[in-house]
Amino acid sequence: MSDLRDLYQQVIMDHNKNPRNFREIEDANHFAHGNNPLCGDKLVVYVKLDGNVITDVSFKGSGCAISMASASLMTESLKGKTLEEADAIYEQVHKTMTGETADRHLLGKLEVLSGVKEFPARVKCATLSWHTVHAAVDSDHDISVSTE
Amino acid sequence: MRAFDIEQIRADFPILHQQINGQPLVYLDNAASSQKPLQVIEAVDHYYRTDNANVHRGVHRLSQRATDAFEASRSTVRDYLNASSDREIVFVRGATEAINLVAQSFVRPMIVEGDEILISHLEHHANIVPWQMLCEQTGAQLKVIPMTDTGELDLTQIDELLNSRTKILSIGHVSNALGTVNPVKMLTEKARAKGIPVLIDGAQAVPHLQVDVQALDCDFYVFSGHKLFAPTGIGVLYGRQQLLEAMPPYQGGGDMILSVSFSGTIYNELPYKFEAGTPHIAGAIGLAAAIDYIQQFGMEVLAAHEHHLLDLATAKLQAMDGVRIIGTAKEKASVLSFMIDGVHPHDVGTIFDQQGVAIRTGHHCAQPVMEYFDIPATARASFAFYNSEQEVDALVAAIKKTQELFG
Repeated sequence: MSDLRDLYQQVIMDHNKNPRNFREIEDANHFAHGNNPLCGDKLVVYVKLDGNVITDVSFKGSGCAISMASASLMTESLKGKTLEEADAIYEQVHKTMTGETADRHLLGKLEVLSGVKEFPARVKCATLSWHTVHAAVDSDHDISVSTE
Repeated sequence: MRAFDIEQIRADFPILHQQINGQPLVYLDNAASSQKPLQVIEAVDHYYRTDNANVHRGVHRLSQRATDAFEASRSTVRDYLNASSDREIVFVRGATEAINLVAQSFVRPMIVEGDEILISHLEHHANIVPWQMLCEQTGAQLKVIPMTDTGELDLTQIDELLNSRTKILSIGHVSNALGTVNPVKMLTEKARAKGIPVLIDGAQAVPHLQVDVQALDCDFYVFSGHKLFAPTGIGVLYGRQQLLEAMPPYQGGGDMILSVSFSGTIYNELPYKFEAGTPHIAGAIGLAAAIDYIQQFGMEVLAAHEHHLLDLATAKLQAMDGVRIIGTAKEKASVLSFMIDGVHPHDVGTIFDQQGVAIRTGHHCAQPVMEYFDIPATARASFAFYNSEQEVDALVAAIKKTQELFG
């Protein structure tokens, strides 16, 4: 059962139960819908971008523990970052989830997401919010992304 | 007849005897696809080793043997469904293709704008989308028999829903998401009394019930082989002969013709008119072997064991705190859909898998049913006759483990 504990670490369980930045941003200038039709994860990511800086980021929605915790952790890690910094973080998150060596310093708390690498069917749950935030900042209007 | 002995039966299914994540495999995803007994695997193997050739073509020996085996399989299916003629048994890829065939070849030529197609809220996407496509093509309207909180059909408006505009009633025999057994005989009677043709989607019923198409008196009955312990890629469309004869072909190609010239083509007779191209010969042979396997015991005997498991599992889950069963119809087959409080079904699926328990988690290709209960997905255990009481215990243990982890 050690693998299960790797996936469902305390941090994941905590962020699933008490997701951070789980709210709308009323004056968000970017947002996008994310959808994982296979398991029914659905979320909206809101971003307030000031020039190049993510001054606020939040999400709302429902889904499995992995998708909820990943979205919650994402909002915490991206707030205050520039778009370039956000890209660099996502690159490391993607690496750690697919079993590549990642920069632990850049990852910080996000390292808990590395547990999904043993569960290939769950990687898309963990990446949903990251794809969605990417779509949000890349677009001036509401768009939808799907991880299927 | 062979006596029912669960250990001997399990010995016939080689795939069941393996470890998943260090635990014995407990396969409870039979509603998605069933496992195959050695007798089916060996029939397919034997065909490829000794008889493989194209059918209905060559005069050489192998082609004759392949043709004989393929046509004998058709007779086995005809006999199993109690159809009146082999001509009424069309081999297709699966229930999905069969429904698309009926939608396009039978209903499309006779339906016009304002006409109606009647399905139910419980349908699998395969019995929704082909009709939506037909509605888009013709301007017809899709009507839906509503459902109740127990997951049964709400038939209070059925007499209005079956009306002079209704061009077909297409209804699932057993719900794949909830296990509800629908009153298809009564519905067929009602529809046909008004001259409305009836298609029954038996994909989820054929592995659990003895089906008699003449007793049901339906016009079409469809199912997929892979849910009936046979290979994937083979399925059956049963159609009333006079209807099939009047229908245009679904696909054009070889085998479905008597003669072809550039000035015109004469179509083959039934059932070949609907079997364009080289069919899944090995699949048909495997399907017949699966039916022979079932008939050693008799479907009633297998269904009784399976029903016992469903009752046992239902009682055990009902007694657990924090577990909610979705779909509590009076008459059910095989399927136990449930939710564990505070745990998303997708997490349930992963935790179960770590314990070797294979279940389906998701919307089960029945999103309208999920919407009705306002849930994104369920966890679904579905039984086959080769499952055991110990496996029901493993299901309960997996739920407890999940609750501990998320506790």
